[in-house]
Amino acid sequence: MPERQMSEQSLIGAFEAPPQDAARAFRAALEALARPGSIHEIKGGKAPAPVSEAAASLLLTLCDPETPLCLMGAHDTPAIRDWIAFQIGAPIVGPAKAMFALGTWAALQPVTAFPIGTAEYPDRSTTLIVEMERLSQDGMRLTGPGIETTASLTLPALEPFQMNAALFPLGLDFYFTSGTQIAGLPRSTTVSPETGAEMEAD
Amino acid sequence: MSDYNFAYLDEQTKRMIRRAILKGIAVPGYQVPFASREMPMPYGWGTGGVQVSAACLMPEDVLKVIDQGADDTTNAVSIRKFFEKTADIAVTEKTREATVIQTRHRIPEEPLTEGQILVYQVPIPEPLRFLEPRETETRKMHALEEYGLMHVKLYEDIAKHGHIATSYAYPVKVEGRYVMDPSPIPKFDNPKMEMAAIQLFGAGREQRIYAVPPYTKVVSLDFEDHPFEASKANHPCDLCGAEHTYLDEVIIDDEGGRMFVCSDTDYCAERQAMGHRGRLSPEAAE
Repeated sequence: MPERQMSEQSLIGAFEAPPQDAARAFRAALEALARPGSIHEIKGGKAPAPVSEAAASLLLTLCDPETPLCLMGAHDTPAIRDWIAFQIGAPIVGPAKAMFALGTWAALQPVTAFPIGTAEYPDRSTTLIVEMERLSQDGMRLTGPGIETTASLTLPALEPFQMNAALFPLGLDFYFTSGTQIAGLPRSTTVSPETGAEMEAD
Repeated sequence: MSDYNFAYLDEQTKRMIRRAILKGIAVPGYQVPFASREMPMPYGWGTGGVQVSAACLMPEDVLKVIDQGADDTTNAVSIRKFFEKTADIAVTEKTREATVIQTRHRIPEEPLTEGQILVYQVPIPEPLRFLEPRETETRKMHALEEYGLMHVKLYEDIAKHGHIATSYAYPVKVEGRYVMDPSPIPKFDNPKMEMAAIQLFGAGREQRIYAVPPYTKVVSLDFEDHPFEASKANHPCDLCGAEHTYLDEVIIDDEGGRMFVCSDTDYCAERQAMGHRGRLSPEAAE
């Protein structure tokens, strides 16, 4: 790689008050994953485009030099790599070694390339951060832990999430981010097609 | 404000704990290993719970800490003061007002709601540990869903005592997959574990974190002919008269006199304030 200077952009965009902002961001991430289908505000982190504020905040909250990170597609730019090197320090790796991955749904394909954990350590699986155009609570029907009856969430696909859930207790865990919003989909959630009649109010 | 980082732990430690909590949520009942830190209190005093609470607390939170249901015992008071000092956080004894509740060995009587987090202090997180001392083996047993040994243990209870004599830390199966130690809560509390709040479990010495998301199926292990029973002392509370709460037995004199009182002090005090009276209530009391 040719020598080049780190852009000034990589030096900005961290949390203003790291302990407090990270605590709030974590609680949003916790609620999102513990209640699949729910959408939460998460903010404070600003990474170079096209990384959303929600995704940047999540990275700042969960990633550090101990968490290999995989950047995919348009999210793998020198500017973003610089920002991660300065703000987070996470090693950038390929899918097979990733603890976290960031990209659009199309860029993250095939998701089967990411580790799903082992029978004895199902926690050793990748958490995928999927950047979305928008998040909304219409679409697929969700059931499982964290959901009282049913919930719904717009997902970028159906079958991959069904196959992922079938791997339980192994499998990938997903965050969906857009703007300052975040939603979660753990491997424990069963996903089925929308049943038309049961439209959830917004 | 103190000179500690917010909520005592450094940020990298909190990130590590937060990652473990999230994997715990994703795999309900599975024990996630984490690099437990030394805390300024001895093991056995809730170092696991304290680390989980520290990783969860936000400046806006209201913290409640209970020890065997009581807000005013040494363990509860010292942990509450610890977070008042290191996180400058609001505290309460009211279950309803709290957003984060750290508990040792009880679930509050008042049903918990969405938006609340219940953090358990766990001494031995592995339900199979007393049946199989090797971690390598118990890990394999969880991986293979091989829980026959646990049923043998419960069966031996029946063979010896005529009923399942396990009265606390009663094993549960979470979402039909992992057998989990609910921490040493009385089995009276087991049915409450299907709740609206998030439940997080921290075992500091044993370096494990696990979780039960809201509305997750939590089934106490039993047999068709010996169904699980959430038992309690067969008395009403002597202070508030409640017949539906978990009771502590207290010796009150040298002649064998005893009284039964709610173990949940906040719940009992609230009932008394509402005018409920028990057998030993002081008549003049408000």
